[in-house]
Amino acid sequence: MTPSIASEGSLLRIDALTKSFGGFVALDNISVEVRKGERFGLIGPNGSGKTTLVNCISGVLRPNKGVVLFRDEDITPLPPNQRARRGIARSFQIPRPFKSMTVMENLMVALDFAAGHNVLEPASHRRGTAMSILTRMGLASKADEATATLTQVELRKMELARAMATGPKLLVSDEAMAGLSTSEVDEVLDLLMSLAGEDIAIIMIEHIMQAVMRFSDRVMCLDAGKIIAIGSPTEVMANLRVQEAYLGT
Amino acid sequence: MFSWDLLLGAVLLGVLLGCFYAAVSVGLSISFGLLDVPQVAHPAFLVLASYGVYLLNDSFDIDPLLAGFLISPLFFLLGLVTYRLYYETFEKRGSDAGVRGIAFFFGIAFIVEVLIILYFGVDQRSVSASYIGKAWRIGNMRIPIRQLVAFAVALLLTVSLAVYLSKTFMGRAIRAVAQDEEGLRLMGANPVWIKQFAFGIATAVVAVAGALLIIIAPVEPTLDRVYIGRTFCVVVMAGLGSITGTLAAAIILGVAESIVLTMFGASWAPAISFALLLGVLAVRPQGLLGR
Amino acid sequence: MNRNNIAFWSGAVVFLAAVLVMTRTIGNEYPFFAGYVILQFVVLSVAWSILGGYAGYVNFGTNAFFGVGVYTAVLLVEEFGAPLGVQIAVAALVGSLLGLGVGLLTMRMRGIFFSIATIALAIIIETSVTNWRFVGGAAGIQLQRPAVMPPFDSYVKMLFFVQALLVVIAVATTRAIQNSRIGRGLQALRDDELAAECTGVPTLRLKLLACAISGALISAGGAPAAMYLQYADPSSAFNLNYSISVLAMSLIGGTAHWVGPVLGAILLGVTQQLLAVTISSEVNVLVLGIMLVVFVVAAPKGIIGLLRRWSPLRAKDRS
Repeated sequence: MTPSIASEGSLLRIDALTKSFGGFVALDNISVEVRKGERFGLIGPNGSGKTTLVNCISGVLRPNKGVVLFRDEDITPLPPNQRARRGIARSFQIPRPFKSMTVMENLMVALDFAAGHNVLEPASHRRGTAMSILTRMGLASKADEATATLTQVELRKMELARAMATGPKLLVSDEAMAGLSTSEVDEVLDLLMSLAGEDIAIIMIEHIMQAVMRFSDRVMCLDAGKIIAIGSPTEVMANLRVQEAYLGT
Repeated sequence: MFSWDLLLGAVLLGVLLGCFYAAVSVGLSISFGLLDVPQVAHPAFLVLASYGVYLLNDSFDIDPLLAGFLISPLFFLLGLVTYRLYYETFEKRGSDAGVRGIAFFFGIAFIVEVLIILYFGVDQRSVSASYIGKAWRIGNMRIPIRQLVAFAVALLLTVSLAVYLSKTFMGRAIRAVAQDEEGLRLMGANPVWIKQFAFGIATAVVAVAGALLIIIAPVEPTLDRVYIGRTFCVVVMAGLGSITGTLAAAIILGVAESIVLTMFGASWAPAISFALLLGVLAVRPQGLLGR
Repeated sequence: MNRNNIAFWSGAVVFLAAVLVMTRTIGNEYPFFAGYVILQFVVLSVAWSILGGYAGYVNFGTNAFFGVGVYTAVLLVEEFGAPLGVQIAVAALVGSLLGLGVGLLTMRMRGIFFSIATIALAIIIETSVTNWRFVGGAAGIQLQRPAVMPPFDSYVKMLFFVQALLVVIAVATTRAIQNSRIGRGLQALRDDELAAECTGVPTLRLKLLACAISGALISAGGAPAAMYLQYADPSSAFNLNYSISVLAMSLIGGTAHWVGPVLGAILLGVTQQLLAVTISSEVNVLVLGIMLVVFVVAAPKGIIGLLRRWSPLRAKDRS
C-alpha cells in the first residue's frame, strides 16, 4: 500500500478498495481521491459497482481489502451513523423516507443526530434550519405533509434535503435524476450545482450524460468493478473503453 | 457409563426423528422460507391437524395416515384463506406490516391452541393403529415400528415436495415468485395467486405431518410451543427456501436432540432446538446451506 | 417546567393519592387483588411498547423478563431476607442486563428473526430455572410474607400501592423517551433502519438502550408477584400468557403514544378479570387472541388511532 501523503484539499481517499460477495468481485482494487468542494461524476454501466462503492463510502458495506480515509482519518471500521456525523451524506437510488413522519420531521432526525448541534439548542432553532433547507429545495409548502403525499421528484428532493440537513462535507447523490422528466432533471441539477458552490464535495452517480458533463469537474468510469477511465468529462467521454462499456461489444 | 451401543442407538433414532422433523418443517420452508410470510402459527396448524386425525381415528376408526391425507384438502383451503387474509391486510399496505404481521400470526396460533383446549381438554391424546405398539429388534436396539412408518412417510413427503418444486411447472413458478415477483408479473402470471397456492400446499403438507406427529407420540394442546423452536430452527439452519437443506438440517437437529436426551435426560430437550436456532441466527444467519 | 409536564405530574400525584385513599377506605381485599394484576399489566405493556412500539422490535419473550423478575425477588428473599424495595431495584438491574444481553445477541436480527430469538431465549431461561434445585426446580417454592408496613393494614394493599408507583415510573420513563431525541431516533429506526443509520442515528446504541430500559421495567413489574402469590414456580412465572397479553394490550391500545398501552392494559385487564371469574381462564385467552387479530387487521393504530379518527383533534398530540 502506498504511504498516505494527504495532499492539500484532499477530502476523501480510497486506497486499494476491494469488495467481493462470495465469488463475485464487485470492486477490484479501487483507488481514487476526491477533493474538497469537488464536483465528481461517477458513471458506468449497470452492475459495474457504483452503488457498491457508495455503500463502502457511507459504511453500509465493509470492504474486504483497502481503506477509506476521510479528512485524513481512517473511517473504514466506522458504522454509517458515525460517518454521517463526520460529514458524509448520501441519498438512495430508490428514496427511503421515514414514512410515519412528516417532511419536516424527516429533516429533524438528521438535525437531531448528525448535524452536530448543541444539545441545549431549542428545537425551534433546528426547525428554522430545516425550513430554510426545505425552502431552498422548493419543498417549504410540504413541510407538514406526510411523505406519502409527495410526488417522485419531491421525494428525490426530500432525500437530498435530508442529506443536506446532516451538514455534510461530502454528499453522494445516487441516481437522483433517474426516471425524471427533462425539466425535473434540470431542477435537481440546479439544486446540486448550488450546493456544490458551498464547499461541499458532491459525488454524482448518473446515467444522464448531459447532466454529468455539465455538472462534473472530474468524471470516473467504472466497469466490472475496475476504474477504466478518470479525468475531465470530455476526456472520459472520448475514451474508447468507456464508449465500449456503455454500448457493449 | 458411556457405551458406543447407546450412542449408536441415539444417532439412529435421531436420524429417524430428524426425517420426521423435516416433514414437519418443510411446509414452513415454503411459507416462510420462500414466501417470506412470518408464519408463526405453523406449529399450531400442525397440532390442529393432529387433533383432526385423532378425531377421525377415535370416532371412525380410520387409520391415522389415511386420516392425514383425508384432511389435507381442508388444510389446503385453510392455507388459501389464511394467505389471502394476510396479503389483503398486510403485504398490500406495506409499512408497519412487520410488527402487525407477526402479531397476526401469534394471535392465530394462540386462538388455535385455546380452541383445541376448549374442545379437547388439556389431556394427552393418541391414536391407535396396527403398527403402533410393535417394535423391530436389530441387535441390541429396539426400534418402534411407528417411528419407521413416520420416517418412511416423512422421507417420501419431503422428497416429493422437492421434486415437485424443481420439476413441475407450478413448482418452478413458486420458486420463481420467491426470487423475482416483478419478473413473473411481466410474464403475465399472477404472483399473488401463485403465492396463495403455494401457501395452500404448505398447509396441506402440515396436515399429513400432523398425522405423523400423533403417530409418533401422544399430543397435547401446548405442543405447538416447542415446535416453534424446532421448525424455525430447521428452516433457518437450512437456509431459507432450500428443501434439501431442510432434510439435512432436520436430521442434524434430530440427532442433536436424541444424543442430549440419552445423555442428559428429558428436562433439557425443549431447549436444544432453541439453543441451536440462536446459535445459527447469531453466527450464520443465512443458514448452513444458504439461499 | 412547561404546561404539559405540570399537567402530567399533577395527574400522577392525583392518581397515587387516589390509590392511597382506596387502601384506607375499601375493606374488601378482592378489588386490590384484581387491581394489582391490572396495574401490573399497565407496567408491562407500557414497558413493552418502548421496544415493540417505538423501535418496532416485537419482543415475544416478555414472559422471560417477568419470570426473571419474580425469581430475582425469590432469591433475594430466600438468601438475604431483602425488603421489597431492594427486590424490585435488583430485579430492575437484572432485567436491564438481560435486555442488554438480548440486544447484543440479536443485533443483526430483524423482524421475525428477532421475535423468534426472544422466544428461544425465553424457553432456554425457563428450562434452566426449571432445572435449578436451589429455587425449587419444577415444583416451585413457597414464600413467607413479611409483616405489614403501616400505613397499610394488609400486604396486598401495600403491593397495590407499590405497583401504582411502578406505573408512574414506567409511564414517566416511556413518556420521557417518547418526547425526546431518543424517541424520534427509535421512530426513524422503526421506519427504515438503514436510512436512519445513514442519517446519523446510532441505531445499535438506541436499540440496546430500548432493550435495557424495557427489560428493566418488565422485570421490576414482575418482582412483587413473588410476594403477591406467596409462591413461585417456573410454569406460572414464565407463563407464555404474559407475552401474548402484553403484546395484545399494547397493539390494541395503540403504540404511537404511551396512553395506548395504558388504555389497552386497563381495558383488557378488566375484561380478563371478568372473564376469568365468570367463565373460564381459557375463554379469557381466546378473547384476547381474537381481539388481537381483529384489531391488528381492522384497527392497525389501535384504540388511540380510532379515537383520533372519530374526534376532530389537533394534528400533533399533546403529551
